[in-house]
Amino acid sequence: MEKQLALQLRGITKRFGNVLANSHVDLDVYRGEILAILGENGCGKTTLMNMIAGIYFPDEGQIFVDGREVVIRSPKDAFDHKIGMIHQHFKLVDLFTAAENIVLGTREEGRYSLKDVNARVTGIAHKYGFHIDPQKKIYDMSVSEKQTVEIIKVLYRGADILILDEPTAVLTPQEITRLFDVLRRMRADGKSIIIITHKLHEVLEVSDRVAILRRGEHIATVNTAETNESQLTELMVGKKVSLNIDRTLPDHPTPRLDVTHLDLHSAEGLHVLRDISFTANGGEILGIAGIAGSGQRELLEAIAGLQPQITGDIIFHNPKKDKPVTFFHKSMKRVKELGAQGMFHDKNMKPVSFDGMSAGAIKKWVESGDVLFKEDELIDLKAKTPLEIRQLGVRLSFVPEDRLGMGLVGSMGITDNMMLRSYRKGRAGFLDRKKPKELAEEIIHDLEVSTPGVNSPVRRLSGGNVQKVLVGREIAFTPKVLMAAYPVRGLDINSSYTIYNLLNKQKESGVAVIFVGEDLDVLLELCDRILVINSGAVTGIVDARTATKEEIGLMMTKTDRARKEDA
Amino acid sequence: MARTSETREPLIHLSKRSSIHPLKAWMIRLAAVALGLALCGLVAFLLIERLRANPGRIGEFYYTFIKGSFSTSRKIWKYLKNLSILLCIALALTPAFRMRFWNIGGEGQTLVGVLGCIAVAFYLGGKIPEWLLLILMLLAALVCGAAWGLIPALFKARWNTNETLFTLMMNYVATYLVAFFLEVWVTNGSGTLPKQKFGKLPTVGGQAYLLIILIVLALTVCLYIYLNYTKHGYEISVVGESVRTAQYVGINDKKVVIRTMLLSGALCGLAGYLIGAGLDQSITTESAGGQGFTAIMVSWLGKFNPAAMVLTAGLIQLLNQGAAQISQDFDVSGALPNVIVGIILFFIIGCEFFINYEVHFRGAKQKAGKEAVK
Repeated sequence: MEKQLALQLRGITKRFGNVLANSHVDLDVYRGEILAILGENGCGKTTLMNMIAGIYFPDEGQIFVDGREVVIRSPKDAFDHKIGMIHQHFKLVDLFTAAENIVLGTREEGRYSLKDVNARVTGIAHKYGFHIDPQKKIYDMSVSEKQTVEIIKVLYRGADILILDEPTAVLTPQEITRLFDVLRRMRADGKSIIIITHKLHEVLEVSDRVAILRRGEHIATVNTAETNESQLTELMVGKKVSLNIDRTLPDHPTPRLDVTHLDLHSAEGLHVLRDISFTANGGEILGIAGIAGSGQRELLEAIAGLQPQITGDIIFHNPKKDKPVTFFHKSMKRVKELGAQGMFHDKNMKPVSFDGMSAGAIKKWVESGDVLFKEDELIDLKAKTPLEIRQLGVRLSFVPEDRLGMGLVGSMGITDNMMLRSYRKGRAGFLDRKKPKELAEEIIHDLEVSTPGVNSPVRRLSGGNVQKVLVGREIAFTPKVLMAAYPVRGLDINSSYTIYNLLNKQKESGVAVIFVGEDLDVLLELCDRILVINSGAVTGIVDARTATKEEIGLMMTKTDRARKEDA
Repeated sequence: MARTSETREPLIHLSKRSSIHPLKAWMIRLAAVALGLALCGLVAFLLIERLRANPGRIGEFYYTFIKGSFSTSRKIWKYLKNLSILLCIALALTPAFRMRFWNIGGEGQTLVGVLGCIAVAFYLGGKIPEWLLLILMLLAALVCGAAWGLIPALFKARWNTNETLFTLMMNYVATYLVAFFLEVWVTNGSGTLPKQKFGKLPTVGGQAYLLIILIVLALTVCLYIYLNYTKHGYEISVVGESVRTAQYVGINDKKVVIRTMLLSGALCGLAGYLIGAGLDQSITTESAGGQGFTAIMVSWLGKFNPAAMVLTAGLIQLLNQGAAQISQDFDVSGALPNVIVGIILFFIIGCEFFINYEVHFRGAKQKAGKEAVK
């Protein structure tokens, strides 16, 4: 049977200022197919779809629905042509039920009856195999349930062409499988489904055809059955890329950070971290997996000293064994205290005692470099501010999730951003921009940051370059512990692999790396061990070399009750 | 498929500029001022009878703006003096603004500065040496201004109150505090405090206002350095951009807010001192004369850059004195001079929109599109 055209794009072009977001894109979508739109971040996937959904208006080009040219100026126009889009960020009213959200904004003849709506919603859900309670409030729903509401909302309005913008980004492996089943059922029903993604294996799993965009241009459309990951990557990036992460075996991992019984209630009274205990080793990458918002951010912030309300202990092992004591991060008082506790010995392993010595004599002895630590120094980071942590000589680096809102200052140049960590050093009240500028130039050169100059605001840089600046700065301070939250989110493939390699290099030089990630494939490939966090509690720590995605997915979603039943 | 796309797209289309050539930005600003002046002329022509009767005087109308500030050396000194006071308050507000702490209490902070220094002069004038009196007056002004800045800062840091409302309300408290002290000090029922005999800033170089001008000039340089080249200034910028970034690198944002508002308030107090000890020797509830509000505009227009603020303060003062001159020369009273100043400011502030955004018209784009096709 000849396939029927549902949607045609011809010569679609869209500019934002001087940026060409889409350039003369031609695209065909058939009835009863799943078309994947594949491309790196910033290649114009979402812009193109927004033009079909009526969010943007194309500068040039035509759109045909069922062979007739249409003008789509608003989402309402799009619905009139039976086109519906499920956005990445859900647009739902929290206080309303699923059914109320679904019916919101529709103009139906006759009396409004929530009972009818509920029945229709249940009908749609039943037809395609969704699980939904139409009377449940949005604030009680998980991310996956909210997504279901969004999809039904579009179906309720009678859409035949559905556009899903990165629908799998927030789902667990099990939820993704379920979503794909639903999509296949819709396809069988004759709907056209366009799914935007940058995850290759999902493209191969669910789609019939793949359209690849690169820099706003439609590069090619291939049949999924006739392609493979490396061909798709090549089309996406424009050149051959090796997708291997070079994971070495950890070299003598030693405990570097001991977290025990960490517990935290948020300001709103929510129990965000529940009795978390784990050890991060030097020379190892510890992955943290979990559904978004399971406490990953709070955990890293607690370690970095940004959550002062925590209970439990965070012990940092400062690798000082047999290294000389200095006054660099310690006062005379503290040195005397540690001496009295018998923490030091000299070169001949004889215990050091400062008894009866004057401060001057102690100072002289310590500065001669002959007073050594007996063991690694243990420092409790609990209830310390970020500044106090630094002043204790704990070299803890943190690449936060919110790069421009937390890690960097968007309006400042690279030089001034380098200074964030080090501006306190040097001449009394004045800033010294010389060293930060050198560091900025070094990072621009080493990490190939593309920027107009060291003083141009980092906000203007692309996502990948912003992240290179941030990671570059955090690594420049030769950390002992490096924490990175979603460090490749929004980055293109090349930048992502640059970041993976940087983390790997840190691991090889003995740093304890903690990596919070969302892509389980990457976590399994990059990390040595993976800690799974679920509603603020640790549900397991697995060996990344032997664990499977399904195993981790289960740990990510297991409910409290299921957990108790297991025990 | 030969049909061209239907033009139901919006008539006007705005897009944010990623960057603009400085020359082009200045051209836009110049064009805005020219347009503003043209509209002013039209409004004046329609509303001022003398001008309508004799359209030839329109050139004179424009000349009045310059005449108001520069026609005699006395006017030039007065212009520079007024500019300095306005600039001083604007400079005082700038550290807070850089921190995104919207301190609109410059009026009140300046007024309590005047109050502090006049109170010292009132109670101690003649009882202690003049030099000591002047120093005590300065300290009193600084402390009063700082206190007026500190109170909203403490509330902000402790309970995250809205600083804009808080500082605004503090202005009224300051006004009524002055009214209260006038009741206490003035016993003859006139309500006006006579000029104090003691506590007057000395004259430098034979010019009454030169010292004030020099003090504000020095302050401009100091504040420029403070904001751009010191650790404190850097901390202010970081806190202003993102409190979370500040916390992340271990800056105590509350401490910075309190410290900066102490400074901001104290500098307003300094402006109060310049008014009290340098000019008025007395106090009324109107001693700050609304300059605390005008200064907000000076600081904004100067993009919180002390050097640029010298220019914006100069411009606004020029307009103010020009307006006063117009009401004198053309015998108009009431709000008309203010309307004229308002029109010009409207254009100057409004043109920033066109510097930040680009406007596309439907017709223009079509033409460009067709050319591209050829």
